[in-house]
Amino acid sequence: MNLTLKIWRQKDSKAKGQMVDYKVTDISEHMSFLEMMDVLNEQLVNSGEEPVAFDHDCREGICGMCSMYINGEAHGPDRGVTTCQLHMRMFNDGDTITIEPFRAAAFPVIKDLVVDRMAFERIQQAGGYISVNTSGNTQDANSIPISKHAADEAMDAATCIGCGACVASCKNSSAMLFVGAKVSQYALLPQGQVEAVDRVKNMVAQMDLEGFGNCTNTGACEVECPKGISLENIARMNREYLSATLKG
Amino acid sequence: MSGILNSSIGRKFAMALSAFFLMIFLLQHFAINLLSVFSADTFNEVSHFMGTFWVIQYLMQPVLIFGVIFHFVMGFVLEIKNNKARNISYAKNNGAANSTWMSRNMIWSGAAILAFMGLHFYDFWFPEINTKYIVGDMSGQLANGEFRYFEELQHKFVDLWRVVLYVIAFVFLALHLLHGFSSAFQSVGANNKYTKGLKGFGKAYAIIIPLGFIFIALFHHLNH
Amino acid sequence: MALDSKVPKGSIKDKWTDYKNHIDLVNPANKRHIDVIVVGTGLAGGSAAATLAELGYNVKAFAYQDSPRRAHSIAAQGGINAAKNYQGDGDSTYRLFYDTVKGGDYRSREANVYRLAEVSANIIDQCVAQGVPFARDYGGLLDNRSFGGVLVSRTFYAKGQTGQQLLLGAYSAMNRQIARGKIEMFNRHEMLDVVIVDGKARGIIARNLITGEIERHSAHAVVVGSGGYGNVYFLSTNAMGSNATAAWKIHKKGAYFANPCYTQIHPTCIPRSGDYQSKLTLMSESLRNDGRIWVPKNMEDVMAIREGRKKPTDLSEDERDYYLERRYPAFGNLVPRDVASRAAKERCDAGYGVNATGEAVYLDFASAFERYGREQAKIHNITNPSDEKIYELGQAIVEAKYGNLFQMYEKIIDQNPYKTPMMIYPAVHYTMGGVWVDYNLMTTIPGCYCIGEANFSDHGANRLGASALMQGLADGYFVLPYTIGDYLSDDIRTGKIPTDTKEFDEAEKEVSDRINFFVNNKGTKSVDYFHKKLGKVMWDKAGMSRNAEGLIEAMAEIKAIREEFWKDVSVPGTADEMNPELEKAGRVADFLELGELFAKDALMREESCGGHFREESAELDGPQKGEAKRNDEDFAFVAAWEYKGEPANAVLHKEELEFKDIELKQRSYK
Ligand SMILES: Cc1cc2nc3c(=O)[nH]c(=O)nc-3n(C[C@H](O)[C@H](O)[C@H](O)COP(=O)(O)OP(=O)(O)OC[C@H]3O[C@@H](n4cnc5c(N)ncnc54)[C@H](O)[C@@H]3O)c2cc1C
Ligand code: HEM
Ligand code: SF4
Ligand code: FES
Repeated sequence: MNLTLKIWRQKDSKAKGQMVDYKVTDISEHMSFLEMMDVLNEQLVNSGEEPVAFDHDCREGICGMCSMYINGEAHGPDRGVTTCQLHMRMFNDGDTITIEPFRAAAFPVIKDLVVDRMAFERIQQAGGYISVNTSGNTQDANSIPISKHAADEAMDAATCIGCGACVASCKNSSAMLFVGAKVSQYALLPQGQVEAVDRVKNMVAQMDLEGFGNCTNTGACEVECPKGISLENIARMNREYLSATLKG
Repeated sequence: MSGILNSSIGRKFAMALSAFFLMIFLLQHFAINLLSVFSADTFNEVSHFMGTFWVIQYLMQPVLIFGVIFHFVMGFVLEIKNNKARNISYAKNNGAANSTWMSRNMIWSGAAILAFMGLHFYDFWFPEINTKYIVGDMSGQLANGEFRYFEELQHKFVDLWRVVLYVIAFVFLALHLLHGFSSAFQSVGANNKYTKGLKGFGKAYAIIIPLGFIFIALFHHLNH
Repeated sequence: MALDSKVPKGSIKDKWTDYKNHIDLVNPANKRHIDVIVVGTGLAGGSAAATLAELGYNVKAFAYQDSPRRAHSIAAQGGINAAKNYQGDGDSTYRLFYDTVKGGDYRSREANVYRLAEVSANIIDQCVAQGVPFARDYGGLLDNRSFGGVLVSRTFYAKGQTGQQLLLGAYSAMNRQIARGKIEMFNRHEMLDVVIVDGKARGIIARNLITGEIERHSAHAVVVGSGGYGNVYFLSTNAMGSNATAAWKIHKKGAYFANPCYTQIHPTCIPRSGDYQSKLTLMSESLRNDGRIWVPKNMEDVMAIREGRKKPTDLSEDERDYYLERRYPAFGNLVPRDVASRAAKERCDAGYGVNATGEAVYLDFASAFERYGREQAKIHNITNPSDEKIYELGQAIVEAKYGNLFQMYEKIIDQNPYKTPMMIYPAVHYTMGGVWVDYNLMTTIPGCYCIGEANFSDHGANRLGASALMQGLADGYFVLPYTIGDYLSDDIRTGKIPTDTKEFDEAEKEVSDRINFFVNNKGTKSVDYFHKKLGKVMWDKAGMSRNAEGLIEAMAEIKAIREEFWKDVSVPGTADEMNPELEKAGRVADFLELGELFAKDALMREESCGGHFREESAELDGPQKGEAKRNDEDFAFVAAWEYKGEPANAVLHKEELEFKDIELKQRSYK
């Protein structure tokens, strides 16, 4: 199929960007979206132009590196997938596809479609861990039985890939789904209890500091999240936070 | 506990608390208004009681006013903050793909309600305050010795334009609550096995209550 | 230089304990004065960085992604082995050791493997303490699954995302140290050279991938944990950015490169669909527990299927060739990866491939649906269940086990694998070869260490499923932190290593010159053009089966591609900005050298062992006819190559392998 692409081009973080139109032809419906972008870039390189910069690595939906806001949705129109897993069969011959970077004040553009998600890193550093030493002098793994249910729920929260689609989709650029998932994973496990109060307070404080917006429960994040992280995690974080605040 | 309003979750929580308060007030307001459809006398008695009982007047009324003001001021503050969190907007955004119109436009439905409340205060609350606290007439009676509440109520709904404005406002209230009701529960951290049922209940509440107000307005417009 | 593996004396069981008891330690107050650079933050690098920082060293960690959490380890699905014997099925340190050595076709160093098995149990304790949500059974204890051709259940897993959860565990440990200021994290930085001062590794040159700035970083030791080089084939299951650059740069500065030809080709990957394909997707090996692999028996059926005239489900049982069951009645569909992969290639080369490219075989779950369905019907007391009911019940079980894989398959291929068999084909997945290291994980450059998939590892010529994660974490959490201390104990008085020395000047100049060459070359062909060309040669001539003629051609062809690359590569953009094409150019330049050494190594190794199959070295007759033939007499050694300019001139050093605790046997899966 033949497509028109409207892509955000921006030289670096300081430059002013704009949308630029490109045409690609003979795109196979079996291609992934990023393979379509590869075709475009090969075309640009061959004509001596600078290819479009975009983040990607694993190309199988697990590293969380790929981003892109495609036709008004984070990771494009399909559900439960990242951009690298999106296939061209979701589009039709002759379509015009708008491709923008994830937008949030806390995710400044580095170049073209590449954004800086270091805010997520700093939130994790504020408390997204359990303070055990890695020396291996821990107790036997089976000495802490954890109900299958809790383990499964913690696992569901832990599958977040840190892509930032939740922030990009949210009209408020709120990061609560991401932070909620991380807080939940530990809140659901006995190992996480010891530091629970400080963890949630510190992570939320850092999240606020980074300039993410305030959740108004539109639920867009949950719909666009490639890993199906549930809004329950935000509610859990709210509870954890409120009770942590009461505890002082 | 101090400084809770400086955190995003704290603000969310406060927003939800004020909203809960408003939703309970709305239910109570509705119940009393509904009486006017069945019995003018009962309506008058209850209205008089509410209008003169000190707990309501000196305790609940200020709290309510504070609640309303807090709610919409906070609503605007959050809106501004949230807009700042995205400094460059998308060239193309397909919000409808992942969220309801109601959830994305709380500020507009809220603003419509606020405008309505201006009218509402002008219609009922200012005259009430004037009569009771400026003129100093706490009797609640007309010159003929009858209670004035029902009479005043009917009188207001004579003009068609006002009824139309009321209807529009309540449609916005319904839209506001269609998202707001369940949102408030999520904000206070309640998301569990009851959530599905609660959402259904919220939808019913959000439709039935405003519809009821509309019914009352129309009833009085047609029956005076 | 003669290779000294520095394996401690004593019985295999006591080596590691004795070693730990006798090494020099660095006093905690002195660790503060010692800097360590860790390149790579996958399971190996991430766990090493966290542990070293926790011990008190100042760590600088580097990754080319924007976060340590995105390292390629994140993609591992199946699980991690550990000799916990929680299932009480007779597992032990010895058995894990034995399985690993045997699985590796007797081409690994016994002492290292034993140590790996020894510390494996600790990994699980460590990860659970960190909050890694491993799967549990209803009693609340850890669950295990069985994996790839071993006789016990020792694989721990977290759904189909074990690598992700383990990496997030290591990442959280890193975050704790980053917050304390003990790790300085350099995201979006690529190491482009190592700096050697007075014969010791004392720093690196790195490029800031956002600004393009070339930076100097010094340290008392450099640890490389940069992952495998499977992308030398262009198409592999590795992440797009996975590269050999860090490993290759240290090789060029004196680290020997061992067994480059040992590559693992994984049998259950999603087939290629066209020339635009950028990478291949793996589906967990666990699918082979329940799926049966086949191709049509008759050529007419193959053609009919390719042209869409017939569906695979139209073929009756006796029109199908379950070739693994036919050839390996004892192990059937559960033969090891290398055997399963070669068998698929054999059928496809003979023309029986079932998709348009002719490179796909079926993985069929119909009999699993049936088997589980009947079982469930019994459990639920359903008498005389209909075929549909059986199918439905069976499908539910299969879905519970592999739901996410089925979904992933459907997303990519757009066919419902519950209705029609999956198509699979082997793909490059893991490289057992890598930088040679001694027992201390030190390369032949003093002070330069190599861990994880980047080193030549403990897996010999073939890696068992779920053992790479184990090795990465063992190296990083439990081995390197001890062994590096022994080396660094000499450095407590060295003081900070200055970066304004001529060694740094030279290394930086070399790096800048190369970058400037690329952006100024203004050739006519894209980097990918060369990478794809290299990949094709590698796959055709140094892929699943190799012969002398092909390998000689491959060496010549790769050299030719390399020469063309240096003449005609086109890299748009400039050096001082984010420039993904420039990043790729540097990586492909290194692959173009590594590829040739790879072929040379494969040519030298005139035997078949593990993932390395030489057509000339197969059993000629008897029950094992056509199977791989190992030659322990002449090739029981590690081939460590020393860099001498052109890859073709690399010099071979042999580390003879001794097997004192295990008897060498032929692997038989018949
Ligand atoms: C699809 C798939 C599934 C797998 N499943 C399993 C499994 O179930 N069980 C199992 O045991 N193993 C599995 N493996 C193998 C296993 O995942 C890897 O071998 C292992 O994770 C490698 O870890 P590592 O830390 O050595 O390297 P990696 O995780 O590859 O990390 C490399 C790091 O080095 C950095 N880096 C690389 N080059 C540079 C440079 N020049 N400068 C700076 N930084 C650099 C990267 O940024 C990254 O942080 C699987 C592999 C694949 C591909
Ligand atoms: C009597 C009238 C009102 C009722 C019953 C009401 C109810 C609610 C409810 C239940 C919520 C959800 C709370 C939450 O998610 O935490 C809400 C949110 C909101 N309301 Fe109102 N509201 C009323 C009036 C107003 C007015 C007058 C405004 C004026 C602007 C307004 C603006 C908002 C906004 C912006 C939100 C979203 C903020 C958020 O969810 O955090 N509301 N309202
Ligand atoms: S919660 Fe979902 S959308 Fe948000 S970062 Fe995690 S995986 Fe991405
Ligand atoms: S590239 Fe890794 S998730 Fe898309």
